[in-house]
Amino acid sequence: MNALLHPEAGASVASGAAHARREAWRRALYRMRQSSLSMLGLALVVLLLVLAATGHWIAPFPDHITGSIDTAMRFKPPSWKNWMGTNELGQDVLSLVLGGARISLFAGLAVVLLAAAVGTVVGALAGYLGGWTDEVLMRLADLKLTLPGLILAMAVAAALGAGTVNMVIAISLGWWPGFARLVRGEVLGKREEVYVLAARALGAGPVRIMWRHILPNIVSPVIVKMSLDVGFAVLTVASLGFVGIGVKPPTPEWGQMLSTARGFLPDYWWAAIFPGGAIFLAVLSFNLLGDGLRDVLDPRSRR
Amino acid sequence: MLAYILRRIVLLVPVLLGLSMLVFAIGRLLPGDPVLLAAGPNASREEVAALSVEFGLDQPIPVQYWRYLTGLLHGDWGRSLQTRGPVLEDLKVYIPATLELVAAAMLIAIVVGILLGLLAAVRRNGWIDYAVRLVSLASISMPRFFLGLLLQLVFAMWLGIAALGGRFPLTGSPPPTVTGMLTIDSLLAGDWSALSLALQHLALPAIAMSLSPLATITRMMRASTMEVLQQDYVLTARALGIPPAKLLFKHVLRNALSSTLTVIGLYFGWLLGGTVLVETVFDWPGIGLYATKSILTQDFMPVMGVVLSIGTMFVLFNLLIDLLYGVINPKVQLR
Repeated sequence: MNALLHPEAGASVASGAAHARREAWRRALYRMRQSSLSMLGLALVVLLLVLAATGHWIAPFPDHITGSIDTAMRFKPPSWKNWMGTNELGQDVLSLVLGGARISLFAGLAVVLLAAAVGTVVGALAGYLGGWTDEVLMRLADLKLTLPGLILAMAVAAALGAGTVNMVIAISLGWWPGFARLVRGEVLGKREEVYVLAARALGAGPVRIMWRHILPNIVSPVIVKMSLDVGFAVLTVASLGFVGIGVKPPTPEWGQMLSTARGFLPDYWWAAIFPGGAIFLAVLSFNLLGDGLRDVLDPRSRR
Repeated sequence: MLAYILRRIVLLVPVLLGLSMLVFAIGRLLPGDPVLLAAGPNASREEVAALSVEFGLDQPIPVQYWRYLTGLLHGDWGRSLQTRGPVLEDLKVYIPATLELVAAAMLIAIVVGILLGLLAAVRRNGWIDYAVRLVSLASISMPRFFLGLLLQLVFAMWLGIAALGGRFPLTGSPPPTVTGMLTIDSLLAGDWSALSLALQHLALPAIAMSLSPLATITRMMRASTMEVLQQDYVLTARALGIPPAKLLFKHVLRNALSSTLTVIGLYFGWLLGGTVLVETVFDWPGIGLYATKSILTQDFMPVMGVVLSIGTMFVLFNLLIDLLYGVINPKVQLR
């Protein structure tokens, strides 16, 4: 009440809220450090991202990433010169795995960012406005449950044509309803909170209420879902590559490398094992990190 | 009960209508000309136009959609642009193959997952618990197509104890078709050698498919069992001197199962759509492989057929799961 009468006191309440939020994040970070599996996940994710960003420079044969071949070196087993051996075109598998990290990881991240952005906007609108907007969205989300996501992504990606951007769009198309659902549910809950009522009583408009009062309080479930989804998105990108939709050679991509190497099993196993192992490691790292973040940020799952 | 089932089946209609509209819109509004692809690179302009007319693709999109819908009701699911064959006939062959694969995978996942989950919960924080948790986390992250390749490499190529791919040897004599599922058909015919051949082909893809539902079911089962174990009635039962095995399987399992059942229902639909990758690896002639081939040639009607049949099976299976709740837990009232 005093805050209403004294403008300076009001300001200190506002900074108090920001302070409380910062404090909550600091505590979350502390809890995160207690869990060795999550920290392992975090370390692996950071390592993978660094490798993906620098892959084109640290690769032993950078020209192989851009498509040059070496027919004298076909199917050499792993050695000191080629740590992961060479493939059917004589290209160094390690260089291709490093080069492919960029597409596989960043496309996976892009899918989740795009889906989260679209889903948050739609979900916030549906939750706040209610009515038929809400009705249409929820029916769409229900349909998504019965529609096989991979087949949808494949069909759209095939129709749009090859390319990383098209692939990201195709996968996100089936991904945003999950975020929309989550955000809608959270907004419905937060809309009834006392602080929203107070903000409305003070004359705040719907945009300000949404942006300043509701969204900052639903950030953590969205981040948890994002981090849990990245691994699966990386997997989906690799899956599209594996069935031959998405990025086209010579751009290296893990799924597509695995699919090509499949034809040369069992003799030249290294051309398949290493890209496949890279997909597994990347997905596992993101899942470890996601699991850790959920335990830290989602009070319901805390043990 | 009957009224409940009938109402749920009637509710299928709007779902399928929405699904068909959505997929039709995606297929028709996106760029790419399937007719050009189907007619081949050397086709003349007249041939392309004739093909368009033959498949009704020269009509406006709403007209095409209406024709498709009315066709569905008469058992006409459209024709493939590539093979010119009716989609429904293809689906009749491919759906049983996929169902067999998914059923085998779910069977493995449910039996092993429930047992492992129970075991992990009872021996909480023991080495079994840690091993189960680690393996289940790892198997959620394992790409099914990579696992399939590894299984092929080890069991089919190196050890030679399982088939590399396909459903049945080309030279073998398959059992007479009744259900279209080779294992069940061989059992019905009493043909043991056919059964063993079918199992040799089914084993690896089923294991590759089962891993991720197995991991999820194990985790769910572990969590819900631990919750049930803390209930008062378990303490009472223990105090009454009921043997641990009987306690676990008669009292705990039943109550821990219902949340796991929901996951099983959702996973079934997910697996139906997720067979694409495993079917590609093992060359398993099911709807996943059919969908992939059709998508790569932008052959539209088969994709529609696959999506609609998956949607139908998903809804029906979840109805079955809802009915099962009532069996497992009599407190659940179906309305």
